[in-house]
Amino acid sequence: MAAIPPPPGTGRAAPPRGRRGRRWLGWGFVAPFMIVFALVFLAPIGYSIYLSLFRDRLIGGTSFVGLDNYVQAFQDGQFWSGLGRVALFLAVQVPIMLCIALLVALALDSGRLHGRNFFRITIFLPYAVPAVVATLMWGFMYGDRFGLVADINDAFGVSLPNLLSPGLVLASIGNIVTWEFVGYNMLIFYSALHVVPRSLYEAAEIDGASQLRIVTSIKIPAIRGALVIATIFSIIGSFQLFNEPSILKPLAPNAITTYFTPNLYTYSLSFSGQQHNYAATVAIVMGVVTMIIAYVVQLRGMRKEA
Amino acid sequence: MTNKPLRRSAQAIAVLCAAALSLTACGSSDDSGSGAKAADAGSVEAALKKGGTVTVWAWEPTLKQVVTDFQAKYPKVKVKLVNAGTGNDQYTALQNAVQAGSGAPDVAQIEYYALSQFALGKSVTDLSAYGAKDLSKAYSPGPWNSVAVNGGVYALPMDSGPMAMFFNKKVLDKYKIAVPTTWDEYLTAARALHKADPKAYITNDTGDAGFVTSLIWQAGGHPYTVDGTKVNVDFGDAGTKKFTEVWQKLISEKLLAPITSWSDQWYKGLADGTIATLSTGAWMPANFVSGVPSASGDWRAAPLPQWQAGQTASAENGGSSLAVMEAAKDKPLAYAFVKYANKDAGVQARIKGGAFPATTADLNSQAFLDTEFPYFGGQKANEIFAKSAGNVAKGWSYLPYQVYANSVFNDTVGKAYVSSTPLSDALGTWQEASVKYGKDQGFSVGG
Repeated sequence: MAAIPPPPGTGRAAPPRGRRGRRWLGWGFVAPFMIVFALVFLAPIGYSIYLSLFRDRLIGGTSFVGLDNYVQAFQDGQFWSGLGRVALFLAVQVPIMLCIALLVALALDSGRLHGRNFFRITIFLPYAVPAVVATLMWGFMYGDRFGLVADINDAFGVSLPNLLSPGLVLASIGNIVTWEFVGYNMLIFYSALHVVPRSLYEAAEIDGASQLRIVTSIKIPAIRGALVIATIFSIIGSFQLFNEPSILKPLAPNAITTYFTPNLYTYSLSFSGQQHNYAATVAIVMGVVTMIIAYVVQLRGMRKEA
Repeated sequence: MTNKPLRRSAQAIAVLCAAALSLTACGSSDDSGSGAKAADAGSVEAALKKGGTVTVWAWEPTLKQVVTDFQAKYPKVKVKLVNAGTGNDQYTALQNAVQAGSGAPDVAQIEYYALSQFALGKSVTDLSAYGAKDLSKAYSPGPWNSVAVNGGVYALPMDSGPMAMFFNKKVLDKYKIAVPTTWDEYLTAARALHKADPKAYITNDTGDAGFVTSLIWQAGGHPYTVDGTKVNVDFGDAGTKKFTEVWQKLISEKLLAPITSWSDQWYKGLADGTIATLSTGAWMPANFVSGVPSASGDWRAAPLPQWQAGQTASAENGGSSLAVMEAAKDKPLAYAFVKYANKDAGVQARIKGGAFPATTADLNSQAFLDTEFPYFGGQKANEIFAKSAGNVAKGWSYLPYQVYANSVFNDTVGKAYVSSTPLSDALGTWQEASVKYGKDQGFSVGG
């Protein structure tokens, strides 16, 4: 491989007069991006922050309240219960999902499976099903009056616990999300494993390493970057949990509250309570919390890699 | 999981686009004429002669025929009928349009329980100026009291939902259970039925705010008292207690089918005898015909069971009105359409389409009362409904923010259906949530 030639000296060669003009020229090239960036990314965030500083009431109209909404959010039991619920979801569902995805990816990568492509497609398939459809489908299966659970109860004369009861509905949602996203995460891991040079495995085998040893000492360390990325995506996904509970709500109206997850809470606040300002506040607080946790995970993940 | 943010924003964009479309579709809101103060019955006639365009947001299916008839009668008037969603979906769009200051329709369908919220927010026009006050005798008292709020008349009643009990005669006959006439008998019947067939239930209930408030209404309860911006919420009164006493037993003894209304399971349950009775508004027959065709002939209507033997009290469940928006371009013309649809010739067209009217003249007309329902085995069910309409308990009012209160019903009262929380405590929690929201919104709330 030829070494990349060092970039030609830039600043030194240019005459001092052109500096100012060129600086603006640079901005000109970046402008199309900056405009779109400002409109699409910064403006909505700015508008949400602006909204969160006001309060609109049925009696008395809109008034500026400063940080009152934030104070309210920090004392809001419903918000924290929703956040606690997704945190629990994150702590239980994400490790399970990523472990399954990793196992499947390693199995596919081992080259010992017959019909590898068939399995890869089959496991990836649920990801291609829209979340709304997937949830409706699972909702029908969970139903204990008709659907799969009812059929099992009838066929075996047993009485399975109601999967849509308040105590189990979070686990039921976890099952749906796992089903949906194992394939997606598997694909991330699988493609990361694909770029690991095969010669390493051969060398390890010659050294007498078992398959398990190859997995723990070569494969997993090699895809640590992919693991961190998948974890961060999953954290964000967990905190943004919305589709599944929102669609299951009509099937389990008393088990899934309007503040079941922070996103669902934001949605109910603005659409049934007309509390747009407070909804914006909750959304911002939630965004900050997600960012902090994702950042911490990233820092930890990267440090280990170093 | 990565695509969730994407999908979410895609959804948000879709919602925005839909909103933008529906707004622009009925846009072109120049404010001419909204300042016209010379509002009287004469201006309505003049507006009809002059012609113009009226945009109507409604989901009631029978209005389509009314619009056709209206345009045939007044060729200069063009009516644009837009379905902007049912119930809450439409209110959200409506509230957004009102807030945005443009894109709101001239006329909107609003359910009775939600009307006072719009009246209070001054989004809908007081129609007294156009002669609406003189129509008080034309409508049955329940619906009229729902539109005549805060000293004005904010809409004309479109249909009504005087309650009746529909029962599956086949199921009750099979187990030799008499049709209950009181709620105590209802409880006994529920026990007998479920014992005879563990798969059958007297009715389904997973917590429905409209149903619970209607039964408290029938029992003579007044949990909500509203005087302008002064609101009181009290689920501790005698009427509420009557309701909780019976219903608590139905819940605790697991005599209610855990099936949510309007779900697929519900239609199935109504068809196959799992759900033996259904206490709801008189608008239900059309839904039976379209949603449960296989059970045709099995069902009958009966008066709502009573809290005290020998009484005839009733209540309303559901029903909606047509209101003229404050932002309407041509209010007299908008009122002309509302009056045509809900008081004049439009009513007959809608009855033919299966609607249940709110006008006393039609409710008492012999032709209406003599209508035989093939679905109910030829029963003249309108006789029962019309009687119920006349017996609706007086003095009921909903909260000025009932839309919100109902949205948190399952968060609070729902607990009583899935855990050991007593119903009365759960209603107390609902009361607290309603009081808190009211205070947040600037009402002076007691309770």
